[in-house]
Amino acid sequence: MLAQRLSSPFVLRNLPALLMMAIVLPLLAGCGYNTIPTAEENAKAAWSQVLNQYQRRADLIPNLVETVKGYAAHEKDTLDAVVEARAKATQVTVTPETLSDPEAVKRFQDSQAGLTSALSRLLAVVENYPDLKANQNFLALQAQLEGTENRIAVARRDYIQAVQEYNLTLRTFPSVIWATLWFRGNQPFANFTIEEDKMQTPKVDFGTQQGG
Amino acid sequence: MTRYAITSSAPGHFPATFGVALAAMSVLLLVGFSALAAELPALTGRVVDNAGIIDAATEAALTRKLADFEAKSSDQIVVATVDSLDGEEIEPYANRLFRAWKLGQAGEDNGVLLLVAKNDRKMRIEVGYGLEGTLTDLHTRLIIENDMVPAFRAGDFSGGIAKAVDDMVMVLEGNPEELEARGTRNPADSNAVDPIVVLFVIVWATLFFGGLAMAVLPPIFGTKLSPGVYKWLGMTFRYGQRSGSASSGGVWTTGTGGGWSSGSSGGGWSSGGSGGGFSGGGGSSGGGGSSGSW
Repeated sequence: MLAQRLSSPFVLRNLPALLMMAIVLPLLAGCGYNTIPTAEENAKAAWSQVLNQYQRRADLIPNLVETVKGYAAHEKDTLDAVVEARAKATQVTVTPETLSDPEAVKRFQDSQAGLTSALSRLLAVVENYPDLKANQNFLALQAQLEGTENRIAVARRDYIQAVQEYNLTLRTFPSVIWATLWFRGNQPFANFTIEEDKMQTPKVDFGTQQGG
Repeated sequence: MTRYAITSSAPGHFPATFGVALAAMSVLLLVGFSALAAELPALTGRVVDNAGIIDAATEAALTRKLADFEAKSSDQIVVATVDSLDGEEIEPYANRLFRAWKLGQAGEDNGVLLLVAKNDRKMRIEVGYGLEGTLTDLHTRLIIENDMVPAFRAGDFSGGIAKAVDDMVMVLEGNPEELEARGTRNPADSNAVDPIVVLFVIVWATLFFGGLAMAVLPPIFGTKLSPGVYKWLGMTFRYGQRSGSASSGGVWTTGTGGGWSSGSSGGGWSSGGSGGGFSGGGGSSGGGGSSGSW
């Protein structure tokens, strides 16, 4: 069968062309035509994971607030600040389509950072309530909250890396060829920046200044 | 004739240059990876006691216990101790180590890493994605606070670690149906390559590529005897004849026929065997678990 087809003039005449196509087409993929879409999808998936973990934190907060209220009702200001920051943080969302907008990403980051600091103030206040700290429910929530903060950190790190890879494909050879030829609409994604409070050197204070 | 000369030179040069480029790239990659992972300890077994705080008897018992547990459930639990974290926080370090060791089965992500940093006086239980629901953050925290911290404060590292491992196994066994399901989904010898599969792949690859080669190569490399008849490697190949008397022609037509029909038998290749020793199954972690200090 194959022998007959091979010997027919059409196939014989086009054999070099067919061979070239068989070699060149996979090379097209190997040369990086797929690089940009792959990196883009990876970055979007990493972003979804970031959103997922922030959502997880937001879901934990109402429970936490209720539990703390039972023991420390007169820390109303701190509790209200957490509730407010949570409401604000859940309002700001960044869909994968708007990831290339640095403003949107910054707004998102700011709102989540506000929630982070409100939460840490609450957890600092809780230190004054031994009964609350011994509460099983609170212990569970605290463990989950800590775990979630760590998951957020991991997800953010993964996202930073994925965005870096994606932005690199848009600017470096050889994938920049594909970027200019076919993926003109692709913009670099905005990345996370380190929050300002984390860039300051921590102050060491043993409480000795006032007492002497 | 000239046409064949062109095509024969093209495939000859392409793989050569391509191969060189590939080799150079893999060398670069290897160098890059080894530079990145230089500070992480190597996965030498289920208990990697680089800080030297676990006594030999406990280490042997733990290794046996963890191997038994993996055989049953496919969950990979690894105990690691290091002297120092070199200034890094324990959470990112543990996550990096977990991912570098690829604990847990691929797709299942059912690994657990118990990490102790001796000089930093910190410990962490890092739980893979797949076990986060069973060995929750609260479980790991209670294990750290109740098992490890008191024992570590008393200087009994081996005892604290052994107790923590016992409790982790207990928690993971607390959901027997799921444990069973995980175990059957990932049979213990899934890494070993079945010899029958290997034989199958070799036979079909020979038929497939052999048939292809016999169809393409003789006109390129062989000497032409007459139109459609080539002599190559002491055999005579005839092309373009109605099922003639040539025995070799008959051989290669049946060969390719068989090869084409069942071409997709690459299953055996992807699951590269890892004979002997212990290695991660390809799992990952998203930062589950909790940390503590003593």
